[in-house]
Amino acid sequence: MSHGSGAQRSVSVGGLARVEGEGSLHVEVRDGVVEEVALDIFEPPRFFEALLQGRRADEAPDITARICGICPVAYQMSACGAVEDACGVHVERRIADLRRLLYCGEWIQSHALHVYLLHAPDFLGCADAVELAERDRAAVERGLMLKRTGNLVMETIGGRAVHPVNVRVGGFYSAPSPDSVTALAEPLRRALDAATATVDWVAGFTFPDVAGDYRFVSLRSPGRYPVESGRVASSDGLDTSPGGFADMVVEEHVARSTALHARIDGRLEYLTGPLARYALNAAELPPPAREAAAAAGLGDVCTNPFRSIVVRAVELVFACHEALRLVEAYEPPAPPAVEVRPVAGSGTGATEAPRGLLLHRYTLDADGVITGARIVAPTSQNQLTIEGDLRRVVQAGLDLSDEELTWRCEQAVRNHDPCISCAAHFLDVAVDGR
Amino acid sequence: MSPDDRPTLAVWKFASCDGCQLSLLDCEDELLALAGAVRIAHFTEMSRAAVAGPYDVSLVEGSITTPADAERIEEVRASSRRLVTIGACATAGGIQALRNAARGGAYADAVYAHPEYLSTLETSTPISAHVPVDFELQGCPIDRRQLLEVLTAELAGRRPVVAGHTVCQQCKGRGTVCLLVAGGTPCLGPVTRAGCGALCPSVGRGCFGCFGPAEGANTEALARRLVDDGLAPADAARLFATFYVGQPTFGDQAVRLGLPGVGRRGGRGEAPR
Repeated sequence: MSHGSGAQRSVSVGGLARVEGEGSLHVEVRDGVVEEVALDIFEPPRFFEALLQGRRADEAPDITARICGICPVAYQMSACGAVEDACGVHVERRIADLRRLLYCGEWIQSHALHVYLLHAPDFLGCADAVELAERDRAAVERGLMLKRTGNLVMETIGGRAVHPVNVRVGGFYSAPSPDSVTALAEPLRRALDAATATVDWVAGFTFPDVAGDYRFVSLRSPGRYPVESGRVASSDGLDTSPGGFADMVVEEHVARSTALHARIDGRLEYLTGPLARYALNAAELPPPAREAAAAAGLGDVCTNPFRSIVVRAVELVFACHEALRLVEAYEPPAPPAVEVRPVAGSGTGATEAPRGLLLHRYTLDADGVITGARIVAPTSQNQLTIEGDLRRVVQAGLDLSDEELTWRCEQAVRNHDPCISCAAHFLDVAVDGR
Repeated sequence: MSPDDRPTLAVWKFASCDGCQLSLLDCEDELLALAGAVRIAHFTEMSRAAVAGPYDVSLVEGSITTPADAERIEEVRASSRRLVTIGACATAGGIQALRNAARGGAYADAVYAHPEYLSTLETSTPISAHVPVDFELQGCPIDRRQLLEVLTAELAGRRPVVAGHTVCQQCKGRGTVCLLVAGGTPCLGPVTRAGCGALCPSVGRGCFGCFGPAEGANTEALARRLVDDGLAPADAARLFATFYVGQPTFGDQAVRLGLPGVGRRGGRGEAPR
């Protein structure tokens, strides 16, 4: 709710809806100037970095998947990447392609969930997708069909949609049969049409005129839109390895949050996620996604956070198209996993979760037991930027009614698809005083 | 406005990954029908509208890990006619119950620079340790078909039909060759509750117990077999000490096998940088 009049005004939302996990927001305005902005995260911490200590490295993908039920593949892939990096292993192309296909399934599932069930209702004045379905059932059914297709890809490759079982360090327990993979082509073709229609649909929404001055960070991989691998790049010229980037990121623990606030070199705020991936990699999108983006009026860079729903829809087109390409080119990897012998040392894994960059770094002993773990989740990295957005949105929206301003603030948070469950468990172990 | 006499459904989240409540949204084919049959009165992940209680059925995800949540679950119970817990966190404490074995505060010290900013309990406990629970649906994550069965049964006022037998039996039903017998692959299938569809053995992987112990599970006999087959006791302990470590059948077996280092370390580990 929002209250106050004249010189002082405040906006508070106690339990943010349509986000994954538990958070709240609070904004204070005095004499027409936004004085205080806080996205508070009160999700209970689950201490994953501590409970990984003493576990075998090959348990990390399954354990860290339980950080987030919305993006378990992201956790599994970053965990595998960190262990393989520590052990000096590279997986072969067919395994890498199968990982990318599984990951596309998660992008489709997660983006369809966010676009249709969590985000679109804001633009249409609905409390939720059920109310939206009363007005436009066909749209919601299109979203559910997309989501189902993403889940189908995850079930076919990973064994199940939430916390897949077929992923292991080095690859997969078994390669899905060519028949089962080929059977994905038809649903993916329909999903590709639905994703293109999604871009048209969301491009017609009305967007508040707000622009952020963002430092974008995402993976970059020549010739491919980044998903499961790449170097880390930024809009101000950074280009480094995942391990190099992990060295630069400093996270701070503040009193009001169980999530950490990440900055590059301890001072520079940055944004990861669809807006960042698009800004740094739009040229790598396949033609159908580029055409959809152009038709929606997106330039090469989108700095209006409210239009992130359009970028997410463009990424849906990409993910459906890319999954279809991988399905059509599928060759079962044999063997389905490469051997990973434990080596004492440390390694970093970095992949693009649907909502942004996810870094894992582990230290292993010679027996392959984890002796130290650090996980940097997308929402920890985006939290300061989200607060900056809130400040801009409130400043630009002071003429709105209390109810409208409150809703717009909620929307400003949902623009970045925060995963608060992910954000709440992580902290570099020795950040203070660095 | 005409009175709405549909039964009300509420969904609540405690310490968890959101995966079990996502299973409800993953019922893509049934979601809109369900939303017609019940009034979704409180479901923060799905809606910004919330209707005040009491609620006919509450689904609860997550474990109790903070003093505030220990109070909140009492309020949820008081406003719910039927309370159903969903998933390993709500029914057994989840993977985060590994902290129960740690020295006081060791985990918070390891993860957060300022543990004094946190307000957490030293244990992660199931909902049933705090309030009476009407039905517990197992799984990490739960199976969405079982969730629909439980919801249907609750709305019809009958007992849900949910399997109590083992993954091992389900595997036989699928005709999957036994990994334990044929290849010596460590597998918790003989002691784990059915419900997933025996997924792991079907991809050539031993069951890792993510649906928790089956009724009457003989974990001691299985543990002996695994160790006789050459699995190090420490690794056998780890196998029992994952998502159902907070459930005594698995947790105590892990302790009997030595529960190596798990949750016992203080400090921060070797900082990975």
